[in-house]
Amino acid sequence: MNIHEYQGKEILRKYGVKVPNGKVAFTVEEAVEAAKELGTAVCVVKAQIHAGGRGKAGGVKVAKNLDEVRTYASEILGKTLVTHQTGPEGKEVKRLLIEEGCDIKKEYYIGLVLDRATSRVVLMASEEGGTEIEEVAEATPEKIFKEEIDPVLGLMPYQARRVAFNINIPKELVNQAVKFMMGLYKAYIEKDCAIAEINPLVVTGDGQVMALDAKLNFDSNAMYRQKDIMEYRDLEEEDAKEIEASKYDLSYISLEGNIGCMVNGAGLAMATMDIVKHYGGDPANFLDVGGGATAEKVTEAFKIILSDPNVKGIFVNIFGGIMKCDVIATGVVEAAKQVGLEVPLVVRLEGTNVDLGKQILNESGLNIIAAESMADGAQKIVSQVK
Amino acid sequence: MSVFINKDTKVIVQGITGSTALFHTKQMLEYGTQIVAGTTPGKGGQEVEGVPVFNTVKEAVEATGANASVIYVPAAFAADAIVEAVDAELDLAICITEHIPVLDMVKVRRYMEGKKTRLVGPNCPGVITPDECKIGIMPGYIHTKGHVGVVSRSGTLTYEAVHQLTQTGIGQSTAVGIGGDPVNGTNFIDVLKAFNEDEDTYAVIMIGEIGGTAEEEAAEWVKANMTKPVVGFIGGRTAPPGKRMGHAGAIISGGKGTADEKIRVMNECGIKVAETPSVMGETLIEVLKEKGLYEKCKTH
Repeated sequence: MNIHEYQGKEILRKYGVKVPNGKVAFTVEEAVEAAKELGTAVCVVKAQIHAGGRGKAGGVKVAKNLDEVRTYASEILGKTLVTHQTGPEGKEVKRLLIEEGCDIKKEYYIGLVLDRATSRVVLMASEEGGTEIEEVAEATPEKIFKEEIDPVLGLMPYQARRVAFNINIPKELVNQAVKFMMGLYKAYIEKDCAIAEINPLVVTGDGQVMALDAKLNFDSNAMYRQKDIMEYRDLEEEDAKEIEASKYDLSYISLEGNIGCMVNGAGLAMATMDIVKHYGGDPANFLDVGGGATAEKVTEAFKIILSDPNVKGIFVNIFGGIMKCDVIATGVVEAAKQVGLEVPLVVRLEGTNVDLGKQILNESGLNIIAAESMADGAQKIVSQVK
Repeated sequence: MSVFINKDTKVIVQGITGSTALFHTKQMLEYGTQIVAGTTPGKGGQEVEGVPVFNTVKEAVEATGANASVIYVPAAFAADAIVEAVDAELDLAICITEHIPVLDMVKVRRYMEGKKTRLVGPNCPGVITPDECKIGIMPGYIHTKGHVGVVSRSGTLTYEAVHQLTQTGIGQSTAVGIGGDPVNGTNFIDVLKAFNEDEDTYAVIMIGEIGGTAEEEAAEWVKANMTKPVVGFIGGRTAPPGKRMGHAGAIISGGKGTADEKIRVMNECGIKVAETPSVMGETLIEVLKEKGLYEKCKTH
């Protein structure tokens, strides 16, 4: 789960991680008011969207007076930013962070992330702040320093110190940098982060070490014990169909194509998208109805697929193990009755109660094209939507 | 022979009185698995499906001599259940539970260092040695006893592969679902090693997906050590970057963990990768024929 930069900074502040003073604004007036309150000579107007690359897309401006704050705020609010992370449709800016400007002497990178190979959280740091860490890893891997963290001990001060010296933090500021990293690690663990990325971490002219940007991402499986983080969720940043699906514990991801897919199991769902593409089609979504889905859940899943105006055909691919084929068939028939089915539907059923499932579909009076295998189904739906 | 489990494996069901656990306990018993005990704290002394229930895993082990457990407890309590199984010194713990917070698993893995228990999962369908022992949630009837090992990060894709094999008369020695989470107990290499040493396994199907680099590492291991043919499949070629595709571990981040990269490394290491999920079985048969193993693997 993602949150906004200003929310991330709010959390970090509570853990003693230094961040610039700032305030969120939803309107131009609020932005000007926030700048007045800050009372600094220079302030930064920053678009708040759940995507990186905001600066390059014109979403971050430095204002030298209140008039400029007003100008920039009205320019950025409501603007659709297109960055390398938003996709071509971009994201509309609905919130701004008004932050005090600071005198940057040097930029660094600090990040915490799970290393899957070692099953440990790893602290990563680099002197090349402001650049994406992947680019640094590609061009100058020797400039990235890593510390593997023992979950029993947590991040040890010597590790943070070693990182600070390695990335050449001025030695009089090393203790500040250590405090920064220790706070960041504590936040990461206590708040169940998946990623905590500070890019850039800056050293300022007046000798401070602070987070100029903050990207926190959380483990959605742990949110049941992080109620305060859930309150930061911004539904406007998420896909409406994905939100609807999450209400029913369905795993759904919107894609660009026109073939709706309904599958049980994440692996099979991915493989179904792949095989549709292999035969020249384009999947409209990833949808895993899960192993224990009821007919009602299947109905909702089907409705979500049909609510996508791009969908020109649907491919249902089920390998009934625990999920029984008759349950899927009942759900599909029910959904088609409720919302009306105007696009071709190809169904491939295999596994538990397959004959019963096929019988339910045959007797429904719906125009369903039966498929014998995944490949057969993919080819049939692709030819139907062409 | 087989890997990890066989007809002598004695199994405890942790969380046996939950509805999912009960359903699968029945299925496993019907398949012939030796379910010797269940645990649910506070329900010790009861009996379900003829299986005695204990308050703790340790008690269950002492009373029944069980050497394996299967975990169905809810995600919030699953890490605790795994540690309890490890503490009771079981040989094997299979965790079916999905959605365990990843930082819980980081701690569990740290605790398991130097301990004897093998953990399979979490977020996996389990392990099955056809006609001998089924531990997990997979549909038993699609399997046939035979000589092909299956190892996979995905449940339903395992069923798909097994079904294709059975349909074409190729039986399986053992099928292991290692699970779709980023931090798990048993990885591809652990299972490949076991299959390599198992005299009843003649070839292996390895099914991976996007995210992480476990497939690449496994492929390198195969190239260096494996004496038996391995074919593969990777799901998620068309998955967009930055999105979690159902499984917590199935995500392309920072350009890493793409299907194309995995397929490239696997091919380089001599693993033939099926073009589509529909031809996993066919691809294996081609390789078996090339290696002169087809007749040996054909079970009917």
